[in-house]
Amino acid sequence: MARVRPGEAANPAPPTVMRVRLRFAKRGRLRFLSHRDVARSFERAVRRAGVPVAHSHGFSPHPRLSWIGAAPTGAASEAEFVEIGLTSPVDPAALATALDAALPEGLDVLAAAVAEGAALSDRIDASIWSFELPGVGQAELRAALDALLAQESVVVERITPSGRKQIDVRAALVRVDTPDGTAAKRSPSGESPAIPTGGDEVCAIMTAVVRQSTPAVRPDDVLGALDVVAGLKPPVPAKATRMAQGLLDHGGALTDPLGSDRVTTRA
Amino acid sequence: MGLPWVSVTAPSVFAELEPLLPKVAKPVQYVGGELNAQSKDWDSAAVRWALMYPDAYEVGLPNQGVMILYEVLNERADALAERCYAVWPDLEALMREHGVPAFTVDGHRPLGAFDLIGVSFSTELGYTNLLTALDLAGIPLHATDRDVDAPVVVAGGHAAFNPEPIADFIDVAAIGDGEEVVGEITDVVKEWKAQGRPGGRHELLRRLAATDGCYVPSLYAVSYADDGAIADVSPVEDGVPGTVTKRTTTDLDSWPYPKAPLVPLAETVHERASVEIFRGCTRGCRFCQAGMITRPVRERSLQGIGEMVDSAVRASGFDEVGLLSLSSADHSEIAEVTKGLADRYEGTNTSLSLPSTRVDAFNIDLANEISRNGRRSGLTFAPEGGSERIRRVINKMVSEEDLIRTVSEAFAQGWRQVKLYFMCGLPTEEDEDVLEIAGMAHRVIKAGRAASGRNDIRCTISIGGFVPKPHTPFQWAAQAHPDVVDDRLRKLRAAVNSDRKIGRNIGMRYHDGQPSLIEGLLARGDRRVGRVIERVWREGGRFDGWSEHFSYERWITAAAAELEPLGVSLDWFTTRERGRDEVLPWDHLDSGLEREWLWDDWQDALDGREQDDCRWTPCFDCGVCPSTGTDIEVGPSGTTLLPLTVVNPLRAAASDRGEDTGTGG
Repeated sequence: MARVRPGEAANPAPPTVMRVRLRFAKRGRLRFLSHRDVARSFERAVRRAGVPVAHSHGFSPHPRLSWIGAAPTGAASEAEFVEIGLTSPVDPAALATALDAALPEGLDVLAAAVAEGAALSDRIDASIWSFELPGVGQAELRAALDALLAQESVVVERITPSGRKQIDVRAALVRVDTPDGTAAKRSPSGESPAIPTGGDEVCAIMTAVVRQSTPAVRPDDVLGALDVVAGLKPPVPAKATRMAQGLLDHGGALTDPLGSDRVTTRA
Repeated sequence: MGLPWVSVTAPSVFAELEPLLPKVAKPVQYVGGELNAQSKDWDSAAVRWALMYPDAYEVGLPNQGVMILYEVLNERADALAERCYAVWPDLEALMREHGVPAFTVDGHRPLGAFDLIGVSFSTELGYTNLLTALDLAGIPLHATDRDVDAPVVVAGGHAAFNPEPIADFIDVAAIGDGEEVVGEITDVVKEWKAQGRPGGRHELLRRLAATDGCYVPSLYAVSYADDGAIADVSPVEDGVPGTVTKRTTTDLDSWPYPKAPLVPLAETVHERASVEIFRGCTRGCRFCQAGMITRPVRERSLQGIGEMVDSAVRASGFDEVGLLSLSSADHSEIAEVTKGLADRYEGTNTSLSLPSTRVDAFNIDLANEISRNGRRSGLTFAPEGGSERIRRVINKMVSEEDLIRTVSEAFAQGWRQVKLYFMCGLPTEEDEDVLEIAGMAHRVIKAGRAASGRNDIRCTISIGGFVPKPHTPFQWAAQAHPDVVDDRLRKLRAAVNSDRKIGRNIGMRYHDGQPSLIEGLLARGDRRVGRVIERVWREGGRFDGWSEHFSYERWITAAAAELEPLGVSLDWFTTRERGRDEVLPWDHLDSGLEREWLWDDWQDALDGREQDDCRWTPCFDCGVCPSTGTDIEVGPSGTTLLPLTVVNPLRAAASDRGEDTGTGG
C-alpha cells in the first residue's frame, strides 16, 4: 500500500450517481429501537441486500445514508424517511423489495422514489401522531385536550443530555382529533393491543398534528402537557405511532415527501 | 404430547413486560427479534434449553459460545433453544414489582418452563447475575431445593473448569468444548422424559453424571482438613466417576458454527461477524487459562474459513469480520487467509480484524491485507510484561526489538496509534518490572516519531491486574494484594510522565486492583465460597464485572462473615501461595494437563526458564493429547479459499424475485 499523505483521499470511492428516498415503518417490538439502532440495522441490510451504496472517503468509510427526524425510542412509526446515495442506478421498487427482505421484521420499507427537486428536509415540517392511552376514558382525554387547546402556551420540561430544555407543546400543536364514541381496541397500524387491557378496559385515542420545531416536540411531551394542564396521568404507558410526515397544507393535511417534486409551501 | 408434565404451557410474558419497557434504559435489549434469531414452536420440541449469558445484552449477544450452541441445538428437530441475558437493576426492580418472571428474549417465555438452563461463564464475575436470574425465575437458588419440574441448571464456559464456588447453585458443570456434549445432555433428558421421568430429578442427575464431560457437584462429597485445605473429594454413589475429563471437539471443519450469526438491533461490544480460525494455543503463556484448558491446537482449514466468512457476511451484513482465536496470526496459513479474503472482498468495504496477534507472528503485509478493504484500526499487541525477566517468568517470549521494529514499520506506513496490553501483579514481580513498561512506551513513541517524521503518534498502555487461574502453572501462586498493584501503577504513571514531551503521547488505562482480588477468590475458591456469593447477592450484589456496580466493601465484609468462622479467609484463598501437595478444589476435574507437568512448569517459571511451542518444537509432555485422545491439527490443509465471488443479491432479486441466490463461486 502506498503511503498516504495528509489531505489525500486514503480510500478513493466511486461517486454518488443517484439518490433514492424511502419511507419505512418502525413497528411492534422494534419501536423500542433508538435512531442509532435503526441506522445500524439499515447499514447492515443495505449490505445484505447488495445495494450499491456510496461510501464516504477516508480511513473510515461509512455508507451514505441520510436520516431525517427520527421517531424517538419507544414510539412506533409508519412514516420514517431515509435517503440512500448510490454508485450505480437502481430501480427504486427493486431496491425497496430487496431492502425490505433484508431488514428485520418490524422495520418495513413502504415506498421508494428517486430523489429529485427539493431536499427531503424541505419537504417535511410537521408530523401526525396517533396516541393510545389505555386506562383513560375518552371523555377524560377530551377534557384534558380542551384545557390544553384553551391555552396559548403550555411548556413542559425535558431532561436531555445537554441539560434541561423548556418545550412549548401548545405552540407546536396544529390540531387534535378525538373520535367520538368508545375506544378502539386495535392500534392504527393493525397490531395487537399494546397493553393487556383484558378486553373491557377503556383506552382513549387521539390524533395530533404537530409542527416541527427545535427541539422537536415528542409524543411524550404532548402527554406531559396533558398532565400539566389537566393532571392526566395514564396508569400504564401510552403508545404513540407516527402516521405521517410532510408539509402542512392550508387544510391541516400533510403532503407526501415522496410525492412529485412540485413542493407546495405554506403561505 | 399427552404426558402431563410435557404439556407445561409457556405463554409469552411479553404482554406483561411491554408496559415496563418505556421506563427502563435501552429497552431494545429485551425485545429480541434480531436478524437470525430463532423462535421454534414450543410443542415441537421434546427438550427445551434456555441459554443464558449472565451479563448485559451488549456483552452477551456477541458471545460465540452461546451463538454456537443456540444453532447446534435449534438444528435438532427434537430440541429448541432460546436466549436470555442479565437484566439491569432498573428492569429487575420493575419485574419484581409487577411479578414478571425471568424470560428469554426470543419467545419471552419464563425461564422456569424450560427443561435446562445453560449458563456460559466467561468470567467468574457473572456468578451473582446467575442468582438474580434464578430468583426472578422462581427457581430455588440451591440445587438441593429443586423439585422434578425445576429446570436443570448447567454451567459451561471457561469458569466451569472450577465450578466449586457455584456448586450449591448449579446442577451440572459441562467441562470443555460444548458442541457435542449439549447434544448428549439433550439425549439423556429426552429419554428420561419419554420414560416418564423414572427416579425423579435424582435419577436424571445420575444419568448426566455418567455423561462424559458432565460434573454433578451434588454427587460428590468434599471434606476439609484442620488447616482449612480440602482433605478429600469423592463421589457419593456408584456409577459416578471419580474424575471428570473435559470434552474436546476435533475437526473444527465439521462444526462450522455459527453459520448465521445473530445481528443485534442494539449496540453491542463487538459489531462484527466472527469466525473462529482455530481453537487452542500451545504458546504456553503461564498466566493464560484459556491457552492451557483449550489444548491441543485445532485449526480450521483454509476452505472451512472461506466458507464460514462467506456465510457470515451474507447472513449478517456486518462490514467487519473478526478472525478469532487465542493468537490469530499463529494460524499456519494466516497469510493465505488474509490475502484471499482481502482479494475476495476488494471494493466492498469489508474489513478484517485479528483481535489477538502476537508481535512476533505479525508483519506489515498482514496489517495491510486486513485493512485493505475497509477501516484501518489501530495496532494492538500484548507484551504482558514490562521487563525481559518477567516475560521469561510468564513465558511470553516476545522481544522489545520485535515490537519496536514492527511498530516502526507500521508508523512509516501511515499508522498513527498502537495499543499495548500488560499485566501487573505477576508472580515474582518487583517494582522495576512494571516501571520498564514506561521505558518501552517511551521507545515506541521515539521510534514512531523517527519512522513517520511526525509528532502526533500515540501509544496507549492498558494494564490489568493478574488473577491466578485454575489449571495453569500459576494455580499455586500467591495473588498480589490490591495495595501492591495500585502502588506499582502509581509509580508507573509517574515514570510515564517523567518526560512530558513523550508522556503526553502516551495514554495509560488501568483498573484498580480490588475487583481482581474478588475475581481471584471466585476463580480459585472451593464450595465454601458459595456462601459469600449468596450473601453478596442478597445484599444487592449485581453485575460485578461493572465498576459502577461492583462493591469491594460488600465482598470483603461478606467474605469475613462467611469464611472466617470456617477458619479460612479472603486472603487464604487469594494471596496465599499453595504447596505442591495441597488438594486443589478442581483437582478432580481434568483439563488434560498433567498435574506434574503444571508443577514443573511453575518451578521453571520461578527459575525464569522458558518453554517452547510444541507446534514447532518437540512435544514437552503437557499430557493433553494422550489423556483426551486428541492430536494437534495444524495446516497446511491443502485446501483453497472458496467460494471466490461475491454475489449481489439485489441484482439477483431483480431477476429472481428476491429468492436467495445460493452459493457463489
